[in-house]
Amino acid sequence: MSVTEDLPVELDVDGPSSPPRANGELVFSEPWESRVFGITIALHQDGVFAWDDFKEQLIAAIARWEAGHPDGEGYRYYTCWFEALQALLRDRRILSPVDVDEREVELAARPPGHDHDHDSGHRH
Amino acid sequence: MTAEPHPHDRPGPALRAEALEALLLERGLIDPKVVDGLINRYANDVGPLNGAKVVARAWTDPDYKARLLEEGTAAIAEFGFSGPQGEHIVVVENTPAVHHVVVCTLCSCYPWPVLGLPPAWYKDPAYRARIVREPRTLLAEMGLTLGDDVEINVWDSSSEVRYFVLPERPEGTDDLPEEELAALVTRDAMVGVARVAAPVA
Repeated sequence: MSVTEDLPVELDVDGPSSPPRANGELVFSEPWESRVFGITIALHQDGVFAWDDFKEQLIAAIARWEAGHPDGEGYRYYTCWFEALQALLRDRRILSPVDVDEREVELAARPPGHDHDHDSGHRH
Repeated sequence: MTAEPHPHDRPGPALRAEALEALLLERGLIDPKVVDGLINRYANDVGPLNGAKVVARAWTDPDYKARLLEEGTAAIAEFGFSGPQGEHIVVVENTPAVHHVVVCTLCSCYPWPVLGLPPAWYKDPAYRARIVREPRTLLAEMGLTLGDDVEINVWDSSSEVRYFVLPERPEGTDDLPEEELAALVTRDAMVGVARVAAPVA
């Protein structure tokens, strides 16, 4: 019936939980936004969680943001998405925030230029 | 946190996303190639062809068709579909004598919640210019040959009004239920660059 039948999730096109689009195309303003989008769908596809459970967390995260920002300025949809994913992984005891904190500190301590592919040999 | 960020520092969420992905990868919960593939598929996803359901209803229900041609936005809203910013959707009906085709000469305005993602050619400057200047020739190049006696109307979508073509119902489909009819309707037919083909027996 629909050409999206083989996609694991049919995204909302209306309402606060629908991702930002420009003329129909998904809009990611930074690469990390598309990563967390893809990671979330991949985890759902593998049965780690039901899509409705993620959506519930997403709607809650958006509501929290709105409650904390009555003027509505600086809203970032994928900030809420990422928060929802972390909350779900924490609640399901799949990934603890402490582990993520630790890894984040390790990554932040890398020297400049760490983005090079380490496997292909250094050419410094 | 230091007051002056180092130029090599990443913004907070990017670093945290990297940390999260690395941990999930180590625990065997994700495969980065699968993640890449999903991002790519969603970026190119056509979306639900909601318009096909609208077309099939119009083919089978004359009252619905009358409402659709009279006030497209409201009739489409009966299905729960709407424009992203509430644009007006105007539906134009193809007949044996008159063929309608849609373009957006200024950019690529497109009623995507109804029709899904616009095809790449829809955004192509060549399509946008030539469909206005020489629609008969361009449609023939795209595989739709229209007789010289068929009148062609080109509709220019804008941010306020988006057009949507109600294609002709193919012959030999009188017995098909609405759901099977909807499966025949293509995006190209609703833009007006193709006919709806009869089902393959």
